[in-house]
Amino acid sequence: MPEAAKSNSESLKKLYHDMLLIRRFEERAGQLYGMGLIGGFCHLYIGQEAVVVGLMGAAKQGDQQVTSYRDHGHMLAQGLDPKAVMAELTGRSTGLSRGKGGSMHMFSNEKKFYGGHGIVGAQVPIGTGLAFANQYRGSKAVSLTYFGDGAANQGQVYESFNMAELWKLPVIYVIENNHYAMGTSVKRSSAVSDFSKRGSSFGIPGINVDGMDVEAVQSAGAEAMDYCRSGKGPIILSMNTYRYRGHSMSDPAKYRSKEELTEYREKRDPIENFGKKLIERGMVNEQDLKQMDAEVKKVVVEAAEFATESPEPGVEELYTDIYA
Amino acid sequence: MSTEILMPALSPTMEEGKLSKWLVKEGDTVKSGTILAEIETDKATMEFEAVDEGKIGQILVAEGTEGVKVNSPIATLLADGEAPGAAPAKKAAQKADKADAPKEAKSGAPKEEKSDSASSAPKFQAPSDPEVPEGTEMVMTTVRDALRDAMAEELRRDELVFLMGEEVAEYQGAYKISQGLLDEFGARRVIDTPITEHGFTGLAVGAAFDGLKPIVEFMTWNFAMQAMDQIINSAAKTRYMSGGQMSCPITFRGPNGAASRVAAQHSQDYAAWYASVPGMKVIAPYSAADAKGLLKAAIRDPNPVCFLENEMLYGKSFPVPKLEDYVLPIGKARICRTGSDVTIVSYSITVGQALEAAEKLAEEGIEAEVIDLRTLRPLDMDTVLESVKKTNRIVTFEQAWPVCSIGSEVCSRVALEAFDYLDAPPTKVSGKDVPMPYALNLEKLALPTVDDLIEAVKEVCYRS
Repeated sequence: MPEAAKSNSESLKKLYHDMLLIRRFEERAGQLYGMGLIGGFCHLYIGQEAVVVGLMGAAKQGDQQVTSYRDHGHMLAQGLDPKAVMAELTGRSTGLSRGKGGSMHMFSNEKKFYGGHGIVGAQVPIGTGLAFANQYRGSKAVSLTYFGDGAANQGQVYESFNMAELWKLPVIYVIENNHYAMGTSVKRSSAVSDFSKRGSSFGIPGINVDGMDVEAVQSAGAEAMDYCRSGKGPIILSMNTYRYRGHSMSDPAKYRSKEELTEYREKRDPIENFGKKLIERGMVNEQDLKQMDAEVKKVVVEAAEFATESPEPGVEELYTDIYA
Repeated sequence: MSTEILMPALSPTMEEGKLSKWLVKEGDTVKSGTILAEIETDKATMEFEAVDEGKIGQILVAEGTEGVKVNSPIATLLADGEAPGAAPAKKAAQKADKADAPKEAKSGAPKEEKSDSASSAPKFQAPSDPEVPEGTEMVMTTVRDALRDAMAEELRRDELVFLMGEEVAEYQGAYKISQGLLDEFGARRVIDTPITEHGFTGLAVGAAFDGLKPIVEFMTWNFAMQAMDQIINSAAKTRYMSGGQMSCPITFRGPNGAASRVAAQHSQDYAAWYASVPGMKVIAPYSAADAKGLLKAAIRDPNPVCFLENEMLYGKSFPVPKLEDYVLPIGKARICRTGSDVTIVSYSITVGQALEAAEKLAEEGIEAEVIDLRTLRPLDMDTVLESVKKTNRIVTFEQAWPVCSIGSEVCSRVALEAFDYLDAPPTKVSGKDVPMPYALNLEKLALPTVDDLIEAVKEVCYRS
């Protein structure tokens, strides 16, 4: 196999691997929640894996990311240690925030991941501020600011759009449209349901992307990043995606039909479909994928063990990290 | 080896639930995502999915069973090729006893340790003001110019500092605090924003997370309520939530408290709101020298700082030491006047009235010690307590509403920490408990006066 094709094959396999890691990690997180080992709110990313994995496949080192509370996948896609992520979910001293942030509040300076924010829409001006910092410093980095169809109705999103276009800030607004803001469907909450048009009154272009197709996401991401890096200002990527689980662990998701969910799971699953493509292209066989699954499961089981066996933070941690 | 499928907790508060319905039967093959059962929680009926693949061995809890405890086994799952009768492995899935272990350790901790840990909250030690060298020239300067000078010096000193807000650049500041800064530093570092407090506050917080050092000017603090979520939830709490990884070196500043004849929505003292938030520092200076020295300290501080100015003080002049780099410590009160009979504690504009009252009281033979808190979080209680131990009486004096005010906090701390030294009840003089009225006569009635303070002091001194 020529070098270029080989490296292409490797990078596609990585996309598959990363999506699978998120899926298996989230399933295990759901299980630990069920066992009472993860508390509070826990929002799983199952079904939406192609969005963050595809965009990370297009991002460059130094690009920043910020998202909402549905953040486990974003952490994993950047190569953060699944053990440290899971240990944060269980509130242990070995977690990314040493157990003080939990599922919704995780950060990594090293990976330029700025959270993990618990208030719907609050990450949007913050992500715009990261882009402001890039421009201020004259860096070529791009801020990837993720939010959902629900957050897209928050006022601060449009305040951010206005400033981002006014000042031509390098920010990609990734709207992860999973069709439900908790229990309220897009139809019931949005006057205009085409989220790629949400920036039109500010002159911000938008692209509709099949968020269940990791290659489509990657290619739209690359296009958007070129646009931002060339100094043209912000751009919107409207990702058509779907979450299989409820909004959080305690949501029975009775507001949607079984048929709708089944349709996505069986016909549009991002991992299943991409696996089939890789087989069709002769890059992998069934056995390779099974083996990858076994490897991923092992990583996740180890993460779960680490996260349940690590100690809780020491009592002295109650009063640390409040001030510098 | 078979594993146990455990009754899941499906809400933060669920302890037990009803196994409403099995959607699989013994012998069925399942994989991750297969819906196993419907479970009724304290809030809703939820579907329960398989995580591992395998074959259902035994169903241990019949459908319709109520009160199934979280983490109790409800079925067994067989691995590939395993016979149904195999004994469930205890350890295969993390068991409930393991889940409880850390909880037990916590509740089992001795009680003294708990109170120890509460008192181990770091006690704030306030540093003293740096000495102003003898012979330093004192220049009469308005609070307005002192604030401008502080910003200009810090903008010169550190490339990462920038100023952002409504009308701060081309208009030269709605209250002319940023006069001349655009000319010297340019539009990259002195930035006019649209009228969009929530947006530009969040934007500045994001820039601070990335290492810049924004100064955010609110035209008045009344408008910062639009941005409250970003100030509290994003700026103040992120260091803690990130286990110390993230930093937010940002200064929020602008005029606070009552101006004149602008009525309820433009006349409010927010000191107590921000001072109640861990992770935030709050400064409210009175004099021009303190305004300058503390604003410079705020801009350099690696934490978010709310800097509460007062519009009525902007034009007032005070002596300011002519020093190259006059920086004051955050968290240190100033004793503006010494006295032995009563302690008056105030901050911001009412410090001036307190000093006026003290002079009048002196004419009647009452010597008041006047303390300007300057910083409201961390609060310099050491200075207050030391004074009260000497005078045995305290009156707090502020413009804010009386309920849950800075004065309330100071009085309660004095009652708790210096009770035996008190010869009279800690007493509070504040603004009235009403929205600020517009009418001239009513506005005057709503604000605390020098006479109100004199009366309160006489009461605690048992003089009439």
